[in-house]
Amino acid sequence: MSKISNQGLFIDFGSTFTKLVLIDFASERVIARTQSPSTVDTDITVGLNAVLDEISKQQGSNFRYRYKLACSSAAGGLKMVTIGLVPELTAEAAKRAALGAGAKVVGVYSYQLTKRELYELEATAPDIVLLAGGTDGGDRATILHNAVMLGQSGLSVPVIVAGNKSAADEIQTILDAGGKDYIIADNVMPEIGVLNVDEVRSIIREVFINRIIDAKGLKNAEQFIDGILMPTPTAVLAAARLISEGTATEKGLGELVVVDIGGATTDIHSVAKGDAIEPGVMQKGLPEPFVKRTVEGDLGLRHNAASILRAAGEERIEAQLAGLDFDLHKAISQFPLFPEKLPESESEESLDTELARNAARLAMERHAGTVETTYGPEGPILVQYGKDLRGTKTVIGTGGPLIFNGCPERILGETVYSEANPFSLKPQSPEFYLDEQYLLYAIGLMSEVDADKALRVAKKYLKRL
Amino acid sequence: MEQKTIVLGVLGVDAHVVGNKIMEYSLRKEGFNVVNLGIFVTQEEFIKAAIETNADAILVGSLCGHAELDCKGFREKCVEAGKGDIHLVGGGRLVVGRQVWQDVEARFLKMGFNRVYPPDTSPKGVMEDLKEDLGMKDNE
Repeated sequence: MSKISNQGLFIDFGSTFTKLVLIDFASERVIARTQSPSTVDTDITVGLNAVLDEISKQQGSNFRYRYKLACSSAAGGLKMVTIGLVPELTAEAAKRAALGAGAKVVGVYSYQLTKRELYELEATAPDIVLLAGGTDGGDRATILHNAVMLGQSGLSVPVIVAGNKSAADEIQTILDAGGKDYIIADNVMPEIGVLNVDEVRSIIREVFINRIIDAKGLKNAEQFIDGILMPTPTAVLAAARLISEGTATEKGLGELVVVDIGGATTDIHSVAKGDAIEPGVMQKGLPEPFVKRTVEGDLGLRHNAASILRAAGEERIEAQLAGLDFDLHKAISQFPLFPEKLPESESEESLDTELARNAARLAMERHAGTVETTYGPEGPILVQYGKDLRGTKTVIGTGGPLIFNGCPERILGETVYSEANPFSLKPQSPEFYLDEQYLLYAIGLMSEVDADKALRVAKKYLKRL
Repeated sequence: MEQKTIVLGVLGVDAHVVGNKIMEYSLRKEGFNVVNLGIFVTQEEFIKAAIETNADAILVGSLCGHAELDCKGFREKCVEAGKGDIHLVGGGRLVVGRQVWQDVEARFLKMGFNRVYPPDTSPKGVMEDLKEDLGMKDNE
């Protein structure tokens, strides 16, 4: 039996699992969900067919879907290397542009590249290189040197040039001579204190769609679906933005933070201006992007549990686990070997919770701004770096370790402002929501088709804790 | 003629913004490319901005009277950062108390500043000096 369908299939090719969600546009309901191990290393369609078969079994084999859209973080995600001049200025701006485009930043370089750095860069095998350096009309020497280095390198991946515009013509000549594939974009930092990352973000997405998907062996999958539109983190960012800002007809939740705890990293997305909530505070440092994403590569619950232990302090975690009888180090050393394994005993569950709490706290402290008091002749002065998120009223949790944990509110509680560390400008009294259906990526994809419906589905299924 | 780039700011824990704004206005009017870092600027921030913008001069304002302490090592850090030959200018209210200006000036020049100015200096004179020091006069 064939039905006229108004349903959308949304697929996430993850590094571990290929996930699928089926959403009915008319009723704005989630009809089905399933997942199967990803098969990117062999043939991506094996994992894809497994989830499609499963959904056909549930829905009937003649079922037709109106939309079939996907995002991907498989094959290492979208790996980028960023290059700038001064670490705190153009190098930081380039890194933020890449992170905001959903990339996994595998290397950040500043000043003139050395041969050694170039070898290292080549060895990380990025999918895209972002070359910045110099404000418009500013320093040319460094970006020209770095263009020459890239031109002579063995790299064959696209280079996005987003530095001093006064050097752009020469860079073009240099990269042409080197036979490199490149795109010239607007400077990520046209002048000191101005961040201009929007054009670069959209170019990164285009490059991802046009070239990376093919290179990653994801092309086969496109025969079965309408398109792989974006890297998974970009889909999550799009969802975060939609849920925060709303649409012309459907109200959003206002400024918010998304906490995404995963096996390899913990990501924080904030959709917030982050201006100081009290008067008389002096804001310093680079301007903050309204939609900001940070990725903590050392805070993953499976692949990087040992580094969570190091970052949080072993004594702290041992104290939190006091009274439980098990070998902490042995347990942690087993994690990377079985990343899909869920906790089986009460003590394993407690360990997971403690690791997740610490990952959430540290990731949030690194994402949120800080304030410090300096004393001048006229008395104390408050100086703020980064975003003040104390006024943010919504924190949304996602990612396996949060969704499958028995007490997600305890983990999210760690992302809240605390007197124990009053200099960290974390949300003061937010409401917690849990993405318990693992929908955020699908919401981001769905918003490409119908933003109003996507937002209503998100509001319906985000569970208030 | 090539436009010269000037990095401008108020050094240290110092919130005196009025002089800074006047200097920015004067510099722009004279055709300089101005990178104004505003108030509470550290030595490192001045130098990093100068690198990124390939600046020709750094104009350090200081009105709280702590400049002598705050400016220590400024030239050395420029040298270390590869901007050793940058034109370094100071002004505002650099020291407190009644001190002989020539002595104050001598101390700042010894620290590696190319020019320093006493309180109540008009921006006009500073502009003239800058044009001369940056070799803009010959080209006019």
